[in-house]
Amino acid sequence: MSLTTMMFYLMALIAIGSALYVAASKNLVRSVFMFFATLFAIAGLYVLSLADFVAVTQVVVYVGGILVLILFAFMLSGRESLAVLAQQTNRLIAVNKLPAMLVALAFFCLLAYVFLHARIDDAPWLQEAAINQNIITPQDVTINHLGVNLMTTYLLPFEVISILLLMALVGAAHLSRKEAEA
Amino acid sequence: MITLTHYLIVSAALFSIGLYVILSKPNAIQILIGIELMLNAAILNLVAFGKFDKIKNGGQSFALFAIVLAAASTAVALAIVLNVYRRYKTIDPGKINQLKD
Repeated sequence: MSLTTMMFYLMALIAIGSALYVAASKNLVRSVFMFFATLFAIAGLYVLSLADFVAVTQVVVYVGGILVLILFAFMLSGRESLAVLAQQTNRLIAVNKLPAMLVALAFFCLLAYVFLHARIDDAPWLQEAAINQNIITPQDVTINHLGVNLMTTYLLPFEVISILLLMALVGAAHLSRKEAEA
Repeated sequence: MITLTHYLIVSAALFSIGLYVILSKPNAIQILIGIELMLNAAILNLVAFGKFDKIKNGGQSFALFAIVLAAASTAVALAIVLNVYRRYKTIDPGKINQLKD
């Protein structure tokens, strides 16, 4: 078992374990902070599939931006969000959570069944990529390619998403401003 | 050797956990975290397949777009959550039952 494989299993274990903790924890703040661990482990998985720039973006945008936003909203929304959690019973599997758990488990079983039977690893276009040496190897520098492609092939989505980001940020600022006397 | 199936199974697990969080939590912010988990599972698939696309970088580019979209949607959703809290003094989606004043 090579180091890469071990790192993959470690990262996958951390990601799924901390995501389960996020789902199970009664303490909201603790679950938000465990979500940090999930995001970092997923960034590690990106690195293992040779997408360094996406991993860096994940850390910068998710961990630096989104989680701080979530923490802010959580702190600003006061005691009420904790009061709901305090009334819950302390059993491991609450009865009212059972349908949600069943749906999630059934969905996971379905997805796993499909993935295990789809034989994705010998899909035709993957073999074609292997023949054309179109596979990213650990020696490659992908960032040059990525930058050139963003400015040529994907220029339209790039511009559209920049306008969307501007609109979303203006809209968020507009929504969260102090209400005038109405 | 890590195959694509490994990545797919990991992302399926993350997606299902996100689904469970969305369905079961009584708190809008936790539901938002569940949505983020599901988005991350999808992005993981994009990145894993993007390894086989060195020339056009489709997977990695759209992973970047998806991350930016997630950031934008989270900003708007959190602004809405703050507004809802200011108006109803609760962020339990089960207790909020009208859009207008």
